Formats: sequence, structure tokens, C-alpha cells
Amino acid sequence: MPSSATELASPDAIARYETVIGLEVHVQLSTATKIFCGCPTSFGEPPNTNVCPVCLGLPGALPVLSRHAVELAIKGALALNCRIRPVSRFARKNYFYPDLPKGYQISQYDEPFSEGGYVDIEVAGERKRIGVTRVHMEDDAGKSVHEGFKDSARASYVDLNRSGTPLIEIVSEPDMRSSDEAYAYLAEVKQALQFIEVSICDMEKGHLRCDANVSVRLRGAEKLGTKAEIKNLNSFRFLKEALDYEVARQVAVLDSGGTVQQETRLYDPDLGQTAGMRSKEHAHDYRYFPEPDLVPLRIGEAWLAEVKATIPELPAARRARFASVYGLREYDAGVLTQTRALSDYYETVARVSGDAKTAANWVMGDLAGALKAEGKEIGESPVSAENLGALARLIVAGDLSGKLAKEVFAKMFSTGDAAAAILSREGLKQISDTGALEKVIADVIAASAKQVEQYRGGKLTVMNYLVGQVMKATRGQASVAVVTELLKQKLG
Amino acid sequence: MEIASLTIDEIREGLLARRFRAEELAAEALRFAEEENPKTGAYLHFSPERALSAARRVDEKIARGEEPGALAGVPVAVKDVIVTRGIRTTCGSRLLENYIPPYDATAIIRLEEAGGLILGKTNCDEFAMGSSTENSAFGPVRNPVALDRVPGGSSGGSAAAVAQGTAVVALGSDTGGSIRQPASFCGVSGVTPTYGRVSRYGLTAFASSLDHIGPFARTVKDAARVLGVIAGRDPRDSTSAEAPVPDYTKALDGNVKGLKLGLPREYLKDMTSESGSLIYRGVEVLRQLGCEVREIGLPHTDYAIASYYIIATAEASSNLARYDGVRYTSRSGDSATLADMYRNTRGEGFGAECKRRIMLGTYVLSAGYYDAYYLKAQKVRGLIARDFRQAFEEVDAVVAPVSPFPAFRLGEKVDDPLAMYLSDIFTITGSLAGIPCMSVPCGRTAEGLPVGMQILTRHFGEITMFRIADAFERAGGVN
Repeated sequence: MPSSATELASPDAIARYETVIGLEVHVQLSTATKIFCGCPTSFGEPPNTNVCPVCLGLPGALPVLSRHAVELAIKGALALNCRIRPVSRFARKNYFYPDLPKGYQISQYDEPFSEGGYVDIEVAGERKRIGVTRVHMEDDAGKSVHEGFKDSARASYVDLNRSGTPLIEIVSEPDMRSSDEAYAYLAEVKQALQFIEVSICDMEKGHLRCDANVSVRLRGAEKLGTKAEIKNLNSFRFLKEALDYEVARQVAVLDSGGTVQQETRLYDPDLGQTAGMRSKEHAHDYRYFPEPDLVPLRIGEAWLAEVKATIPELPAARRARFASVYGLREYDAGVLTQTRALSDYYETVARVSGDAKTAANWVMGDLAGALKAEGKEIGESPVSAENLGALARLIVAGDLSGKLAKEVFAKMFSTGDAAAAILSREGLKQISDTGALEKVIADVIAASAKQVEQYRGGKLTVMNYLVGQVMKATRGQASVAVVTELLKQKLG
Repeated sequence: MEIASLTIDEIREGLLARRFRAEELAAEALRFAEEENPKTGAYLHFSPERALSAARRVDEKIARGEEPGALAGVPVAVKDVIVTRGIRTTCGSRLLENYIPPYDATAIIRLEEAGGLILGKTNCDEFAMGSSTENSAFGPVRNPVALDRVPGGSSGGSAAAVAQGTAVVALGSDTGGSIRQPASFCGVSGVTPTYGRVSRYGLTAFASSLDHIGPFARTVKDAARVLGVIAGRDPRDSTSAEAPVPDYTKALDGNVKGLKLGLPREYLKDMTSESGSLIYRGVEVLRQLGCEVREIGLPHTDYAIASYYIIATAEASSNLARYDGVRYTSRSGDSATLADMYRNTRGEGFGAECKRRIMLGTYVLSAGYYDAYYLKAQKVRGLIARDFRQAFEEVDAVVAPVSPFPAFRLGEKVDDPLAMYLSDIFTITGSLAGIPCMSVPCGRTAEGLPVGMQILTRHFGEITMFRIADAFERAGGVN
């Protein structure tokens, strides 16, 4: 089956079909320890050091469910509008693989802890609700390492540091009708889970992994087409590319009179293609049965309420509030709620400055630019939200010119100091006292006889020169408006 | 110092009276066990350093005038499915021939904290699967009472060690009768506590929902003492029970007057043998001690064996998947592919009985069969548990045989696994219900082979079980 010979359908042909997509998203919960033992989940440790008898699957070791993992899982499920089952059960999913030390994964099967949620997305101005079938908990496997060893040509190694890392799997309904919708769904899920700090969702580190079920059917057809499961969609770009490829492939197969095989296909990002896995590799009968080493998980009303109380405002709600309470444009509200940290930062700046718009301009403008230039996240900003708020307050009060504020901000960014400290250290202070300014203005007028004459002769643009001279003499510490007014009085 | 006849109380008394030191006792016990072991093969290997250092800690405590612990200086044999840090734990399998665990089972930690001395690890059926200890990769164990016979299984080595007198007490594991049946065959007491009473952390899993750790001893009181030490909630085992652990030895006063005992009428048809008649005699002794005996019904008994062998093998097929040659399991050499490595390692490593059960278990969990087998078996299990609950509304304990027959000859039943499975009928029902049950010696057959009587009580009803067994023992059993 040479994959290079695969024919792809034309856009016209594709347009005659409807695409049906469902996603299975695995998300690593941001607990400090593993789901069934006390080993750390820290990334990048030397191989096989974050391990113990439990996550190594040694004879006699038993799992004990982490309360924190359950709480994060509940938060995640609630953020996706799921119902929480009062009693759920873990099950063993049995299969052999070298990085699976117990010979089974502890997952949830017919009694997951949550079901029946949804995610609202917006594509090209159209809002749509995507159903979430279920969210369940499970433990991650270790990692097979096939490269980097002297004998890698004939041997593979296993690193079990990741074994036992807590995951939730989020299964959607087959509600998406395009790769753009799938993209938007994944983005919404990612943002929500990041926002409430259920997961870091770093796709490069494998915190967020995605498989897709895709089928196509002629528009108007009732019956769903045969689906293919596509694995290895580990970036937003791959997700979109793989779905577009797969849809074109399936349409071409159907249009040429063929049938789509129900199979698992792997996306190859280098080729930009999906290819069927050999049937043996996925012909699994997982032989699920209830995990006898764990008791049923009971999530009572009291516990649920306790967890609910820790859920912060979700991004969609915060976006709406930013627009209504702070009067921000929808676009700005969207930018400022990209992450929890950014939106929290912004709210502090807005509160301290007392002016939501000035706060928004500074956070999205100078601050964002400076952070981007240094490749820093908002959490790493040398300028605290309080300090940026205080700076904005000075501007709003007219105590600092825009020009001077930019200079001060640059110094704040490089030193981490507060505006007040910089102003007093450098002797910079807005001169709004007209008495002090009058002397400078008198000096400028005296030294600029020619320009003064031109101005009086009707060449009003010379005023800009004179204002500039005053600003230069005051090292920018004067208010342009005040200087202009005073100059007009003197020359008028 | 007669190791072969010492009790826990006698050891404690001797230590506190400074008649001997624990270290001397340990050395003598080790010497005696190593000397006697070739006769039965009860032990697979010994752990002298561990026993001696534990003994020295006991001696130091006594020298400082501290309480040395409930099992101070007591030589203990441990079934080789219970993991011991730094001491080989083979589970009777080639696959773990050289496996040295890096941690101790909770029961081991508790034994040693109470001053127990772990002499060594005892032989058993591979991964505790069997009823004769003939399924060990390291050869069978001989019954010390009749050396041409099996000691029962799967905890045959532990039962034999206690019967032979090389250990004062021993730990075994019981999934469907693996403590009670060898106790009965070897003429010692063996206890399967309530499921969840003793932590399973560190017990190599066979069938997790049925596995128990429990003690063997030559007296009921010693068995009760050991259980008191190893029982109790363990945060490392989610299925371990919160219920407080009473002093099981406190109520052992020989008085069982007025206790109501039930004899399951479903068992009677299988009690026509010589073993059965000894049980009737045992029941008569209890009646004379003042117990009321009546027939009770356990109507779902006929389905017990079938459901047990579905549930146990299903869980086993999953629990044994980890012995795959990738990590600690010995790996078959020269395999071209990963799949071959799995096949060769497991094909060469597991014995016939384990393979049989892995195949059965894999089958019953397979897509399309799960509902018909596993799910139905679980329902039957629920009904069997209900049978007992209803019985315990009428009676304080159920008395029953342990095995339809006494110890059989080595090799006699090896080729008939089904007959071997069917002989588990009396022990399996209690296992499925998760209730406490024990075997107490109940006389010997004409050939001199021991027979055990089983006493079963409601969940966490160990005190009643021990009271009855102890009174029976005090009364001299049936002899």
C-alpha cells in the first residue's frame, strides 16, 4: 500500500460531502505527584529516577488514588460543563507494551466520573455548541526511547518517569463539521483548562495530546460514514493539516467507488499525510474489567461543593465581564483573557490605575512588546502589576507625560523598580508647578529671539520648536499642555 | 530450647526471664530449619542476616527494659509471594528466580516491628496457583506428617514449616483456600481473615479481589496473636479496612456456651468420606461444649467453583501480565521481535497451571464473553455473599470441612486439574464472600492423616471464630 499513490479529492468534490469529527483529548493534570503514588511528576529528570514500586509495577505494589488529581479532574470536567457522577469506578485496560509496566493501564470505562458536558466555539462569527460525551481519569504510561544510545540500532530503552502521571481523557461527541471547528474546540478546551490551572497544556511536553475520529458522508445523508481514527495530532497545525488531508483522502476513496476502512491511522507531519497502521498494531481487545485494587470513587455533595468553590471565573465569563465592566472592545477583552495570569495581571493594573482603558493600552502595548522582545511570559514580567498600575495612575493624573512615562517604563522593565523609586532616584518629576516653569520659559524666550519674532509674525508652527526647547530644558519633566499654554500667554 | 514445640508465650517468657536471648533463639531456629529442610523442602531460601539482626534489636530492647513487641523473638516463615526487601522473592516461578524486591510488604514491616524473626521464604505453587505446592518451579514440598504426600497448597511450604516445627508461626496467602487447605493437610491452624483486614501491599497479586495474607500456627492463640500484629488499615492498600483491630486473644477463655453454629446442608452430600465423618465428630465436640448446632442453607454453593475460577483467572490474567521480560522478570534470550520476546519469556517462564489460568482468564474477559462469564460470576459472587449474610442472621458461625479428602500422594492429582479445582469447594465459598474463615485441626484419619475443620464467621467476626477454634483445641479436638 504505497501511501504516495494516495489520491486526494478536489475542493469541489469535498464540498459535496459533510465532514464529521470527534476528538479524544488527553490532558496531563498539573499535580506535583503521580496519580497512584507519591512520585514527583517533574519533567526532564534523569531516566527512571521519579519512580517507586507502584509506578514501576513491581510485584505486590498497589495504587492509591491521589485526592489532588481527583480534584483537578473534577475542576476540568466542571469547566467543560460536565455532570459529576457520585460514584464512579476505575477499570483495567489490558495490553502489552514495554513502557506499560503493569501490563494494564488504570483507566475508567463504563462508569467514568463525569459525562454530558459541552464546549461553545465560534468559527467565522458563527457560534456552535460541541458536546462532551465524557471526561475520565487514567494513568499515563512511560516512554520508550528508540534513539540516542550506542545500541539503538538493535535495542530500545524504557524511561518510566512519566509512568503514573495523572491524565484526563476528554471525549467529544461527533459534533464538529470541519477542521476549523476541531481547531476551535481544541483551543477552547486548552484555554479553559489552562485558565483554571488544571493543566499547563504544554503540547510540546505532551501535556495535551489529541486523537481524532473522522468520517465523511454525502451532504444530506443520514447515516454516518465509516470513521478512521487518526493519532499523533500533537499540535494545532498538525490537527488541521491531518484532518484536511484525511477528509480529502476519504472523499477520493468514496468518489472512486471505494469504501473507507475502519482503522487507526497515524499522521506523519513530515509528509503531511495519514497512513494506516498495520492492523496487528491496533487490533486490541483491551479486556476491560473493574480495577480490584481500588475502591469505587465517591464524590459526595460536600466535596463537590468544596471543589466547585475553588474554580475561578472561566475565560468566557471573564471576557464578557471585561467588555461590560471595563468597557473594553471585544477584541481587547479577548486578548486580555488569553491566559489566567494575563487577565489577573490586567485586572490589578486596572484597579490600581483607576483607568481600565489606560491599563489595557499599557498591558497590550508597551508591556506586551517588552515581554515579547525578551521572550518572557506575563508571569515572568519584571514589572509587577501593582507597579504598572501605579505608573498608569501617574499618567492618568497628569503627573507624568506620555513621553516620560515610556522612559520610566523602560527603566522599570530593566530594573524591576517602582516608578516612584525611579523618578526620585533620577530627579525626574513632572514640573507642573507653573512658577518653576516660568523661569525656564523666560530663558527659552530670551534665547530664541528669532523664533519668537517669527511666531509673533504669524508663523504659529514655530510654537512646536519653542515647546520642544522647554521640554529639553526640563528633561521632559514638564507637561506639554501646560508649557504650550504658558508660552501662548507670554507671547500672546 | 525446643523450637519445634515453642509457643509465642513461652518465647516471651523465656526472653523476659533472660533464660535465652533472641539472638540465640534465632541462631538455633536457623540451624534447626536448615537441618530439617531437606526432608520436606518447605523453605526455598533462608534469611539469616535478617533474622539475626531482628533478634539483636529484640535483645537490645529487652536489655533497655523496653517492651520488645508482641512477637518478640518469634521465628517466622514467610511464603515466597510476600515481598521482602533484599531477600529473593520468587513466587515459586522461574520468571522471578533472581528477583530481589527493593521494599517490604506491610505485613513484613509489622511482623518485624513486633519483634518477629524472619527465618526464610517458603515454597508454594507458582504465583499461588494450586492446591498441592506441586506447581512450584523449584520442586514440590513434602508433607511432614507423611512424606510421600503433598502438604496442600498453595501455601504448602508455610504449613509444612509450622507442622515440621522449624518455624513457630508462618505467613501464607489465601485466594481460594491456599491457607486453610494446607493447614488442614498438615495438621496446624491456618487463618484467612476478613478481606481487607490485612494489607495486601507487598503480596504478589494472584486475584486481587480474593487475595488475603494470613497466619499459620500450631495453636489457635498463636495464630490469633499474629493476626493481631499484621491486621489493620494501611494507607498503601485502598482496599484495607478502617475497622479497629481488637485483641483477638482476649476472649479465648474456652467458653462457647450458647453460640449458634450452622452446618450447611449443601455440604452434607460431600461429607460422606472419612474426612467428613471427622467433621461430624468435631461438630459433636462443639455441641458438648455448649454450642447449638443447626442446619442452614447456602443455596448458591453449586455455582461457587465456576464463578471463583472465572473471577480468579480473569484477575490473574491481568495481574500476571507484568512478568513480560522487560524489567525484573528473567528474559528469554535471542528473540527477533518484541512479540517474540514476550512469547518466549512467558512461554518458557510460566508453568502449565499459570498458563492454563492466564488463558482461561483472558478468554472470560474477551470482547463478547465478558457479560456471559465475568459479569455473571460477579453476580453469583454477590448471591453467595448474601447466602452467608442470611446465614449469620441465624447463627454465629458456620462449621464445615476444609477439603473433601486428606493429603493425597505426590503426583496423584497432577494430571487432573479439574479434580484439583473441584476439591476447593468448601474453601471457595468463604473466599468469595470475603468473610473470615480458618482451619483448626480436627483429628486424623485411620492412616494418621490430619483433617481440618473450617470455622467461618461474619465480616470482621474473627473474635468469634478464634473463640470457637480455641475452645475446640482446648477440649482436645476429636482425639
